Amino acid sequence: MAETFRFWPTLTEPLVRQNPVTLQILGICSALAVTTSLATALTMSASLTVVLTLSAGLIASIRRHIPDTIRLIVQIVIIASLVIVIDQLLQAYLAEISRALSVFVGLITTNCLVLGRTEAYARHHPPLPAMVDAFGNGLGYSLALIVIGTLRELLGKGEVFGYEVLAPVSSGGWFTPLNLMLLPPAAFFMLGLLVWAIRSARPEQAEAPDHVAPMPREPAE
Amino acid sequence: MAARDLNPLRRILSLPNDSRAKTVFVAFAVSAICAVLVSGATVMLRPIQAANRAAEEQARIEALVRGVPGMSELLEETGGTLSTVVIDLGSGRASPDVTPETLETALADPGNWSAIEAGDDLAGLGQRPDVAQIYLLRDGERISLVLLPISGQGYNGRIDAILALRGDMNTIAGIAVTRHSETPGLGGRIEEAAWQASWPGTEVRDDEGTIRFTVARGTASSIHEVDGITGATRTSSAMTRIVRFWLGPEGYGPFLDAVNRGEF
Repeated sequence: MAETFRFWPTLTEPLVRQNPVTLQILGICSALAVTTSLATALTMSASLTVVLTLSAGLIASIRRHIPDTIRLIVQIVIIASLVIVIDQLLQAYLAEISRALSVFVGLITTNCLVLGRTEAYARHHPPLPAMVDAFGNGLGYSLALIVIGTLRELLGKGEVFGYEVLAPVSSGGWFTPLNLMLLPPAAFFMLGLLVWAIRSARPEQAEAPDHVAPMPREPAE
Repeated sequence: MAARDLNPLRRILSLPNDSRAKTVFVAFAVSAICAVLVSGATVMLRPIQAANRAAEEQARIEALVRGVPGMSELLEETGGTLSTVVIDLGSGRASPDVTPETLETALADPGNWSAIEAGDDLAGLGQRPDVAQIYLLRDGERISLVLLPISGQGYNGRIDAILALRGDMNTIAGIAVTRHSETPGLGGRIEEAAWQASWPGTEVRDDEGTIRFTVARGTASSIHEVDGITGATRTSSAMTRIVRFWLGPEGYGPFLDAVNRGEF
């Protein structure tokens, strides 16, 4: 392990430059489902960050003893158990939040982001860097969710965090809520726009096209 | 290497990672530890979760009653409590041998459940208990409100709700959804007060006594309809079927008739 661990870059890289949602397009299914309002987006972000950090720490600490042939199963089992334990804890002590999240806590298990980070990073690094990396990625995921959640709630209901921001027509204001924003497709639109905005600001993130259109040729004479 | 390590754990851990013994050992150890963690958490936290659910259901019932105009005053007058009655769904009368205290044991006995024939099984339940616990609120001799627990198959799973009917046993006074697993943001909106607000005042039957209640597609257009939920057609129609089943002859029908005859 010649490379030295630098705390700050590991933590901040995944926020925008290596953002797991907008650059790697990981963890999309939950990002679509929970972003109808900012409150659920925040709770989901927090739960995912906790699961991600803990599982990265656990897997990194036993990384030398995980046989390559069964590494994916071992990782999934650890992640799934953590998710169940956290879900049970939420149901017992934070019943309100657990109801708001309903099935999505369970879906953290299948969030590609978690497995992606343990497989790509935690498996090759000591626990502390792995946890910092996982925490950074959790924050990156949260950031994307918060942006999408705020926009969807604002445009779909005219509210942010349940507080009225744009007065809707129904209560005498001028704003007509866009119901589409509360439906799943709107999350795709928002995510697409977000990715577009980030890649326009940082052209190095844009992928090279897989195919180049053939040059138009003069028709044969 | 010095002498062989006598600690068997360390001996296994020092095997090369791709050896079969170690692969089996790691798989087994990880699953065992995870199994203990998961079952430990579930078993230890179950009492707290059950208490949470019970408290939540109680709170919803109270909120439901207080949401009905005029009911909170009546509730104060009667001493702040609803009377709880276990009724026999078949006869519609109070059950002679099951009390609210023994209800749980009675429901654990499969003999107290009857299968519902496929044609009648609007709510998709398959079977229903023969007894049910309901809540009554009286104004003198007259029943002014009944709370009826209803349940049925929704889009993603079971929906449990409590339906409040006014004294005429026909006008809905309110609904509270106590448990569901519908899609959040779509069918999940059945638990929102905004949607439930369209229920009070809806009439279940027409003058001939036929059940007309429907969750509309779009906005309610008649006295028998409540507003539909955009994007959640399956959940909306599930709610229609659940209400129709439970207020029909297989559900609380006999009980409602008994109340209308003045037997309660």
